[in-house]
Amino acid sequence: MKISHRLRRAATVVTAGLLVSTLAACGGSTAEGSASTDGVSAEEIATALQTETTLTVWGWAPQLKPIVEAFEAKYPKVKVNLENVGTGNDHYTKIQNAVKAGSGAPDVAQIEYAALPQFALSDSLVDLKGYGAGDLQANYTPSTWGSVNLNGGIYALPQDSGPMAMFYRADVFEKHGIEVPSTWEEYIEAGKKLHAADPKAYITNDMGDAGFTTSMIWQAGGQPYKVEGSTNVQINLQDEGSKAWTQNWNQLVEGKLVAPVASWSDEWYKGLSDGNIATLIIGAWMPANLESGAADGSGKWRVAPMPTYEKGKPVSAENGGGGDAVLKQSKNKAAAYGFLQFSNGPEGSKIHAANGGFPSTVADLNDPAFLNAENKYFGGQKINEVLVQSAKDVVPGWSYLPFQTYANSIFSDTVGQAYGSNSDLNPGLTAWQDASIKYGNQQGFTVSAK
Amino acid sequence: MSLQLSSPESPTVPPAKSRTAPRFSSGPHRGVTHKRKSILLTIVMGLMAVYALLPLFWLFVNSTKTQPALFSSFGLWFSGDFALWDNISQTLTYNDGEFVRWLVNTVLYVVVGAGGATFLATLAGYGLAKFDFPGKRAVFAVVLGAVAIPGTALAVPTFLMFSELGLTNTPWSVIIPSLISPFGLYLVWIYALESVPTEVLEAARMDGAGEFRTFFTISLRMLAPGFVTVLLFTVVATWNNYFLPLIMLSESTWYPLTVGLNNWNAQATTAGGDAIYNLVITGSLLTIVPIIVAFLFLQRYWQSGLAAGSVK
Repeated sequence: MKISHRLRRAATVVTAGLLVSTLAACGGSTAEGSASTDGVSAEEIATALQTETTLTVWGWAPQLKPIVEAFEAKYPKVKVNLENVGTGNDHYTKIQNAVKAGSGAPDVAQIEYAALPQFALSDSLVDLKGYGAGDLQANYTPSTWGSVNLNGGIYALPQDSGPMAMFYRADVFEKHGIEVPSTWEEYIEAGKKLHAADPKAYITNDMGDAGFTTSMIWQAGGQPYKVEGSTNVQINLQDEGSKAWTQNWNQLVEGKLVAPVASWSDEWYKGLSDGNIATLIIGAWMPANLESGAADGSGKWRVAPMPTYEKGKPVSAENGGGGDAVLKQSKNKAAAYGFLQFSNGPEGSKIHAANGGFPSTVADLNDPAFLNAENKYFGGQKINEVLVQSAKDVVPGWSYLPFQTYANSIFSDTVGQAYGSNSDLNPGLTAWQDASIKYGNQQGFTVSAK
Repeated sequence: MSLQLSSPESPTVPPAKSRTAPRFSSGPHRGVTHKRKSILLTIVMGLMAVYALLPLFWLFVNSTKTQPALFSSFGLWFSGDFALWDNISQTLTYNDGEFVRWLVNTVLYVVVGAGGATFLATLAGYGLAKFDFPGKRAVFAVVLGAVAIPGTALAVPTFLMFSELGLTNTPWSVIIPSLISPFGLYLVWIYALESVPTEVLEAARMDGAGEFRTFFTISLRMLAPGFVTVLLFTVVATWNNYFLPLIMLSESTWYPLTVGLNNWNAQATTAGGDAIYNLVITGSLLTIVPIIVAFLFLQRYWQSGLAAGSVK
């Protein structure tokens, strides 16, 4: 959902540096922080929405614009300044800078699930429990609710989610007489067969992508990151699930069966257009990107459940996705929460889904109109049936690091090297773990290998 | 200009004594090796030219393509409809014409920021070169030190300082840091030492001209090649400035082109995002045009030796 970029990486390093001092500064303010969440009643929120207010919202999701328009139509007294201050890490850097500076932060910010712990645990976000968010659990899928529920608090309301599925080129498989794989074993076989039949074609691309890797470990049952309290972290990138994934993926990397193409690059879109990248194991938000980025592939793509380790036992994970949070700096917290209720509640999630987002709300996922929608780009397939099933099959209990954005930024220096030399991913994962532990300890966390 | 300057010189200096002449008039052996070397050099130069111009060619070729054609055609040649004009008009109008807004912002930052930086660097560099005052060596050390610190390293401390002052998210937060160019100051300083003869300044003082009048009417002209060089450096640096505005600004209304185009580019990587690579490429092409124009326009001022022979 986000791309790594050299400049962004520079930005992340800067963010990381700032995080240290933020954590240090906030060490003693926990009691004060929880006192301020004591509560704002529904009436106060309703009053705030009928008062002249200006809210600043930072986010890059294209769905936010129509949501803001609908919100302003419903609550004409509240004016919303929607600003795209950058995508992914650029955006987090800006929030971190504003938090550190003590001013300049927006009222509401879009934050991906992987980045949420960083801001929640550094006491930058409002715990929404005091605003009544605790009652909303039943509205969202367990995996997205689990992602916003950190350390006993609720730090965002979920918006989009990315249960994983296999997007594949039906025409390419048909041309080479390859069955659509349902297990990883079959997937690797399909990769070998395809590349042998057409040396230009690959089963998928991978140059080393941290978000993809963590999602794949998630699906394999790994739980490499454990966070206890707000500062105790354990990392084990050699647990059973991580090893199950490397054992599987190594065969593709060592056998040079993955296209050496970076995701989101021009080449990537080209490969998706002409079929030289035959599958993508990716989040459910992908259809809209295929439609706009690979228009030539229209009618040729299909969606199937993600391959599994055990035949007939569907298991899936989340890839990307995020929600919206209220910042502690906000001077209009009640109105800001009112905005969240709209944008991440039933009204907003309808608009979100209609504009290419994949919902995290149970009601939308079970809506027959949503499930039965036939997608023209996918040859009329009812793709939401597959994607919604995947949302139900997500392995529970996953957590990210409280400095995941930094960890992801050093992925290519460690695990990425294995991709360059087509060698075993395990030493790379170990190096990634060591670098993450070292960094986390420097930042004031207590990090250990598990 | 160059003709005027060289014509009085050439008759007075005998050809044999000119600095370049001995190289070419040395023995036949050397002449041959020179010839061979120059063929090699020509090839190397040609390769470097291709290396430098190929990205520009790529940029031009691809800004003539539509979004689907970008991913279905060979990158280094034209393909499909010639969509350049259509791309340009779309670039200028996309999202309520925000590209034009960013262009205006960039021009503002360049005119005020780079122009101001050049002016300050010229004043200060000249002052350091031509006047003696206590603490000059300390200033020298500070300036040299400042040259060594990359702007990126200063961006975050600058952000925190500006945030205290309440200047973040305003155009000032981009303009004020751009006004400081230690490298430009150093360049003018060295250039002023060489090219503005102290005797000329003394003559002007004898004739009763004040220091400012001397500076603006006499020294500035002699410094022209120096400060035009500084101007080019600061214009390019401000035009391409990315990290500072990225950190400082949080409203797209004040973005420069660099940050804005990057936002457009990132748009294709988000769920449900509209891929507009064709507009990003066309926007990049439009963005480099003013820089090319600036170079072509300014290079005629870019000659040394304006004051050569003024003191003899």
